[in-house]
Amino acid sequence: MDQVLTDLDLLQVRNVRQAYHKDSSADLVVLDDVDVSLKSNEIVGLLGRSGSGKSTLLRIIAGLLAPTSGTVTWRGAVLRGPAEGVAMVFQSFALFPWLTVQENVELGLEALGVARAERQDRAEGAIDLIGLGGYESAYPKELSGGMRQRVGLARALVVHPDLLLMDEPFSALDVLTAETLRTDLIDLWSEGKLPVKSILMVTHNIEEAVLMCDRILVFSSNPGRVASELRVPFPHPRNRHDPAFRQMVDDIYALMTRRAAPTTRAAAQAAPTLAMQLTPVSTNLLAGLLETLAAPPYSGRADLPALAGALQLELDDLLPMGETLQLLGLGVLEEGDLRTTPLGQQFTEADTDARKAIFGTALRTNVPLVAQVRRVLDERPAHRASAVRFRDELEDFMSPDYAEETLDAAIAWGRYAELYGYDDEADQFFLDKEE
Amino acid sequence: MSETAHPAFVSARRLPNLMDIVAGTLILGALIYVAGIARGTMGPIDAADATAITLDPWALPGYAVRTTLRMFAALMCSLLFTFTFATWAAKSRRAGLILVPLLDILQSVPILGFLTFTVVFFMSLFPGRVLGAELAAIFAIFTSQAWNMAFSLYQSLKTVPGDLNEACRSLRLTGWQRFWRLEVPFAMPGLVWNTMMSMSGGWFFVVASEAVTVGDTTWKLPGIGSYVALALDRQDVAAVLYAILTMLVVILAYDQLLFRPLVAWSSKFRFETTASEAAEDPWVLKLLRRTRLLRTLSDYVGLAFDTFGGLRLSLGRRQRTAASPAAARTGDAVFIAVLAFGVALGLWKIIQFASEVLAWSDLGTALQLGLITLVRVVVLMILATVVWVPIGVWLGLRPKWGRRAQPVAQFLAAFPANLFFPVFVILIVRFGVNPDIWLTPLMILGTQWYILFNVIAGASAFPGDLQEAARNLRVGGWLWWRRVILPGVFPYYVTGAITASGGSWNAAIVSEVASWGDTKLQAHGLGAYIAQATADGNTPRVVLGVAVMSAFVVAFNRLLWRPMYAFASRRLTLG
Repeated sequence: MDQVLTDLDLLQVRNVRQAYHKDSSADLVVLDDVDVSLKSNEIVGLLGRSGSGKSTLLRIIAGLLAPTSGTVTWRGAVLRGPAEGVAMVFQSFALFPWLTVQENVELGLEALGVARAERQDRAEGAIDLIGLGGYESAYPKELSGGMRQRVGLARALVVHPDLLLMDEPFSALDVLTAETLRTDLIDLWSEGKLPVKSILMVTHNIEEAVLMCDRILVFSSNPGRVASELRVPFPHPRNRHDPAFRQMVDDIYALMTRRAAPTTRAAAQAAPTLAMQLTPVSTNLLAGLLETLAAPPYSGRADLPALAGALQLELDDLLPMGETLQLLGLGVLEEGDLRTTPLGQQFTEADTDARKAIFGTALRTNVPLVAQVRRVLDERPAHRASAVRFRDELEDFMSPDYAEETLDAAIAWGRYAELYGYDDEADQFFLDKEE
Repeated sequence: MSETAHPAFVSARRLPNLMDIVAGTLILGALIYVAGIARGTMGPIDAADATAITLDPWALPGYAVRTTLRMFAALMCSLLFTFTFATWAAKSRRAGLILVPLLDILQSVPILGFLTFTVVFFMSLFPGRVLGAELAAIFAIFTSQAWNMAFSLYQSLKTVPGDLNEACRSLRLTGWQRFWRLEVPFAMPGLVWNTMMSMSGGWFFVVASEAVTVGDTTWKLPGIGSYVALALDRQDVAAVLYAILTMLVVILAYDQLLFRPLVAWSSKFRFETTASEAAEDPWVLKLLRRTRLLRTLSDYVGLAFDTFGGLRLSLGRRQRTAASPAAARTGDAVFIAVLAFGVALGLWKIIQFASEVLAWSDLGTALQLGLITLVRVVVLMILATVVWVPIGVWLGLRPKWGRRAQPVAQFLAAFPANLFFPVFVILIVRFGVNPDIWLTPLMILGTQWYILFNVIAGASAFPGDLQEAARNLRVGGWLWWRRVILPGVFPYYVTGAITASGGSWNAAIVSEVASWGDTKLQAHGLGAYIAQATADGNTPRVVLGVAVMSAFVVAFNRLLWRPMYAFASRRLTLG
């Protein structure tokens, strides 16, 4: 890196708050009081669960979204709209299917009014740098996912941005492709070949964050806040199997589950209300996870990173499953471990009908929404109830998206436990006659 | 599925009903205004002699060229309208509030009924010159083409993928650049498809608008339509057949030379991220790609267009800070006030106009006749469904046949069915059968093909594994129709049926009255009512008839097609 280190921050985010106004009740706060600053020559990771507002923050920094309050200062000036010197790589690649690789990469230069000849030269340079030489005239649909994301990278790099923003850039790729792309990017970065000063990336993959970033900001959810900030002391290239690396991954897992555990337990024990947010985890997955936990080599207790590795699950997939087990009293999350409870053990040993009975009882005891749906259905003479009222009630506590997810979870789990049925066409819950 | 782009008006949008009424009032009010001007200037014009038509078959190529030119002039106007109107509606929240329902209603108005006003209006602009009649014809074609094209663009603009939009903003493209680099390409497949559909509808109108009689005055423009009109007058069967033949050649040429290549080219803009099997390029496109000269030429055109779209034009609205809520509210208030004024004016005009010359009994008559035409449309739709769905399924499930039948059906849909009307009339006169029954099939003559080619498309897109599963379970006979294929093609069928039924209403105006020399056949119905009022020069009745017909069409769409379409896309689509 030949850039001169300055004390001045490249980017400063101060007291940023993002809230969506809702007519009936209080504002839905997505981000609350977030402070972030970014210097030259560092890769910073925003790590958090889905829904922690980290992508929202990235969009605010990109100038695509205006914060409800607070300021973003970019190179000393307050940010208003997409700024010069900031380029973004998208999770979905966001390539124009009717433009060739070359034309896609040239687009940003065209917006800057760069002359045609120079545009072509620079685009070819960026395409070569990112390892796509020879594919200039191909259309995106002819390329594999990994190659498409390389085009996305080339398009961002060609404008020589000071700050490169990446929104979960590898999460739409398969494991092997993602790893190659990560390594290539880090190699270019270490060799000083990337025409950028800093990189800010959003991820929910702990190992990816530890592998690539110099600094990690861990986000907590509801509302999104920076919960802790960690420095990654290892030099590039990093070795995933280095014990210190593993230890750091373990520590972050523990950190994130510790934060997750008390909140859900508090919600479940103190005042079980409708406000509880549910993730629609498939009951098949829950049963499968319990069986895996019960069997050797885990025999009832598993280290989360190891479990995630063995099952090829990401943090975002595994944690909701663990939390759901904990919510239902079938499992416990503690210090980066997941263990089964006696009830969970009982569930694994039971046959299908008994499992449904255990699950049903656990649901009615621990999930107020499910209990309420069933109560309403029992009270009504026709044993039918519109889902709209439950959705409306949920929306008093959470955003419409989360309300929909929570309701989906209640529908799926209630169906499995045969507590009630759901008619999608009429959007109604109902009880079967014979019950 | 993009082969059967949905007619825009069946979108899942939930329109505010109030706005529909607002839009309807505005349109009707404006039309009465135009009609008023037209009526006042009707007397002194006499341009009938300016253009004499001959029945010499050798004159037909020349007529065909003039008819085609009219079509393309109208198409240019429609494109211009589409790019301004739809963009405006999509970009401005306030404008969209009224422009979208306006489009929705305009799509349902049988513009054919207003042909007389527009002719008279344009003639008054250019008294004694052919230009007036030419413009009137072009305007009539325009009104048959523009709405669904505009709607298609509007819908595309509203559904541009969010990540691409963000990418454009992040790359700091100006509004102009974003329009030409993202929004127009994204809208292209739908727009090209709708343009093709519009052209098909346009042929029908160009034929109808070349010879118009209002009261005692007849305007004729040299063209295939006026040729046929003259042939009918003179009872010349051979001439009618020559005209049909010429039209076949013209449609075949424009289909092969223009639209096949256009549709193939536009598939490049289809928004898909996986490579689908590419259909073979039409021969014209292949030819264009092979010739060196044309290729160089098109490269230059492409380059010029590229530069044009890449211009860094901006409206200077690069700041994202939204106007303060107070200012926005004031703007809304002003907007609503203007709108309310327009509605009040329209309403006043309508009431004044209606109370002057119309009685409640007139409305009763129109409604009654509307019901008769409604029965016709329903019966025809049922018949067409019973006939074409099984045939379409049969063809669609046999790729070899489907591939051949598909272009034929699309071709037939483009053919202006009114050229065939004389054939039916001759037969009805010859056998002396009841015109109330036997004129009816004319309504669906040109529009039934929409059902056929959509069902073919649906059946050929039916997943192979579901077919195999059905065969494996030995599902056969009626059960197979009921549980397997009918639900499978239903969304496609609805798409086609909506177009067919809309077209049939429009065709009613031309098809419920027919003449052969001195013999005049007339069926009972709203179409005949409008046609009769037109021939008598009775403006109030024409307005009333068209208004009632529009109401029928809108109600038909809202109460039947839209719920059916919503059901189809909710329950019967895969994935």
